[in-house]
Amino acid sequence: MIDIAVIFAFIIAFAVFVYVVMDGFDLGLGMLFPLFPKKDDRDIIMNSVAPVWDGNETWLVLGGGGLMAAFPLAYSVLMPALYTPMIAMLVGLIFRGVAFEFRWRTLRERNRWDTAFAGGSLLATLAQGIALGAILQGVHVEGRHYAGGWWDWLTPFSLLTGVSLVAGYGLLGATWLVMKTEGDLRERAYHLSWWLLFAMLAAIGAVSIATPFLSIEYAHRWFSWPGILLTAPVPVAVAAVTVLLLRSLAARQDYRPFFLSLTLFALSYAGLGISMWPYIVPRSITIWQAAAPRDSQIFMLFGIAVLIPMILGYTAWAYYVFRGKVDPHGGYHS
Amino acid sequence: MFEGLDAVVLARAQFAFTMSFHIIFPAFSIGLASYLAVLEALWLATRREVFINLFNYWLKIFAVAFGMGVVSGIVMSYQFGTNWSAFSDKAGPVIGPLMAYEVLTAFFLEAGFLGVMLFGLKRVGPKLHFLATLMVAVGTLISAFWILSANSWMQTPAGYAVNADGQFVAASWLKVIFNPSFPYRLVHMVLAAYLTTSLVVGAVGAFHLLRDSHLAGARVMFSMAMWMAAIVAPIQIIAGDQHGLNTLEHQPVKIMAMEGHFESHKNGAPLILFGLPSQSQGRVNYAIEIPKAGSLILKHSLDAPMPGLDTVPRENWPPVPVVFWSFRIMVGMGLLMVALGLLSLFMRWRGALYDSRLLHIFAIAMGPAGFIAVLAGWFTTEVGRQPYTVYGLLRTVDSASPLAPPAVASSLIAFVIVYFIVYAAGITYLLRLMAAPPHPGEQGPRGDEPVRAAGITPAAATAGKG
Repeated sequence: MIDIAVIFAFIIAFAVFVYVVMDGFDLGLGMLFPLFPKKDDRDIIMNSVAPVWDGNETWLVLGGGGLMAAFPLAYSVLMPALYTPMIAMLVGLIFRGVAFEFRWRTLRERNRWDTAFAGGSLLATLAQGIALGAILQGVHVEGRHYAGGWWDWLTPFSLLTGVSLVAGYGLLGATWLVMKTEGDLRERAYHLSWWLLFAMLAAIGAVSIATPFLSIEYAHRWFSWPGILLTAPVPVAVAAVTVLLLRSLAARQDYRPFFLSLTLFALSYAGLGISMWPYIVPRSITIWQAAAPRDSQIFMLFGIAVLIPMILGYTAWAYYVFRGKVDPHGGYHS
Repeated sequence: MFEGLDAVVLARAQFAFTMSFHIIFPAFSIGLASYLAVLEALWLATRREVFINLFNYWLKIFAVAFGMGVVSGIVMSYQFGTNWSAFSDKAGPVIGPLMAYEVLTAFFLEAGFLGVMLFGLKRVGPKLHFLATLMVAVGTLISAFWILSANSWMQTPAGYAVNADGQFVAASWLKVIFNPSFPYRLVHMVLAAYLTTSLVVGAVGAFHLLRDSHLAGARVMFSMAMWMAAIVAPIQIIAGDQHGLNTLEHQPVKIMAMEGHFESHKNGAPLILFGLPSQSQGRVNYAIEIPKAGSLILKHSLDAPMPGLDTVPRENWPPVPVVFWSFRIMVGMGLLMVALGLLSLFMRWRGALYDSRLLHIFAIAMGPAGFIAVLAGWFTTEVGRQPYTVYGLLRTVDSASPLAPPAVASSLIAFVIVYFIVYAAGITYLLRLMAAPPHPGEQGPRGDEPVRAAGITPAAATAGKG
């Protein structure tokens, strides 16, 4: 059962999860930008991720490139199926990505790039959430091709997952600010974290209720014996982490709220994995059907085994260099 | 509204458009990253202030250009799936791993160390900071290695087999990676990136020398850039010639289009300098040509026979006028670069490098020449391998996604609008940074408040340091 296709399914899932972990707070900060209208606050918020945002987004490139390399059939079916959300995501990422440097290069147009940063982050997040919902609800496949229309992805369910991800990334962004800032800015971030946590819990609840209605297979997976042995701990763990998170917010802790929010994401992500397994395009294409020829996967596995630990190492170093609270006066120059 | 248009044509337009905007930024940042590493090394070795000032000056420009390269690059990595899904399915098992290695060995390296390079000098100290700069520079070169390997494999596929699902699979990864055109293309492109950057640096230096020929930073950057242009431009001509001979061996039809050789020549082919190629008539109108010179250049023999496009079925012809003209634009730019290099050597010998208005104006005019040459070169090689995506094996029409034309047209329009907004702003900011002279106490990318205290009389303060 454990073969190289399974290993690669976990590798791609890992890359996407690292992306969600790293770019999630990053996009969340962008969406929170309109709530912090003062220039000084915005400078701090931006500088809290400026040294690492590019590395964060590289995981998205690895997710896309890795999917093409390891599961070319899934990549070639999903990308046309998710055409509009993908284009929207790319456009959003362009606007927010250039804003990191552009807003420092102009006084007159700074507000415009702040808007681009916020709007781009929101667009990219919505698009990613919608894409997730569209994958879960399944796409129309004939032979080796996507055979649906270019608006098939748009359903109430995919909109729900889109809004859910906005709440989730928003929570990551707010708790990141709690960790990286001080004073009044941190107080407002605490305040926001409460609201965003409740929004995210509502979203997790709504998506969990809606998913079994998408297909009898999902319902079967979650509620019948013996699958329930695997699935039951997930909601229990979500409840436990929520309690811890509420307590750490009440105790005004610095680091815990962010890492507990990440744990909530990990649990939701595990739930998604349980629902989808072993399909890579739900109910159409399994990971084994989509897998690239064994030789291609082995060729990559060597590189991944050596390089991913190195990447995690120097990425951790970069975060370590810029650790602690952001200095409000000198960006990173003090 | 777009029902009459072909989805494949729209997808090709989108690829050409997004790729053209993307390529100029890596071409610039490959060279600039290496230049920054050299500047920082010189600073560490000599501790002369002018080098760290120049480093910080170009670092601000690098930050903006690199960001634009990153976001336009993410578009490319998803476009294979959105618009070219049939290609991704069939060629993914070969191309995909090459691009995955690019991400793993290059993109992460660049991105991981970029933050420290841009903002971390005071946090990690000069030595570790230099390491970060070096890693970013090495990352850009590794990136060029993999992406050009992937591109070259599509031009000159080797080391592959075809499986039962119709997918290309690797029979030998070494033969896939080091396919026949790869070494030539890699050398040609990396040299092009270095030349492009040296021309931009030279133009900026010349611009400031015109106003103040004693400005230390401007003198140093101009001198370095002109050495680079003088040495690399002639080497690039040789590398390009070798790349052309390699193309003649593996993609002779592309050479026929570049040369405008519609007809076969049994007894020495002419070198057509200029003319108006007509795809439909199958001839070059108003051609100005040198008899037998084409055979001399390509076969090193005056009377060598050269087959023409008349030996190739019409449905396998690339669009000849585009290839013919883009090739001439590239070569013309290359010759002008050699001329600039020679003029700079002459002026240096005369001791007039920092005072010759003629040289400075020429250098400013040549500022964008590298970008033009890079784009023209890519049009030559990419349009020249049509009508195939994997040369001779997979046709472009069989590579596209099963999408309705309105979908592709809408995304094309979206990208055109977004790129024009973003690139217009970005290029404005870049030019603004370049228009400000380098001064003592130059700040890095976050020192956005102008530093006046130390720079009241920058020329006097630094005269003689250059």
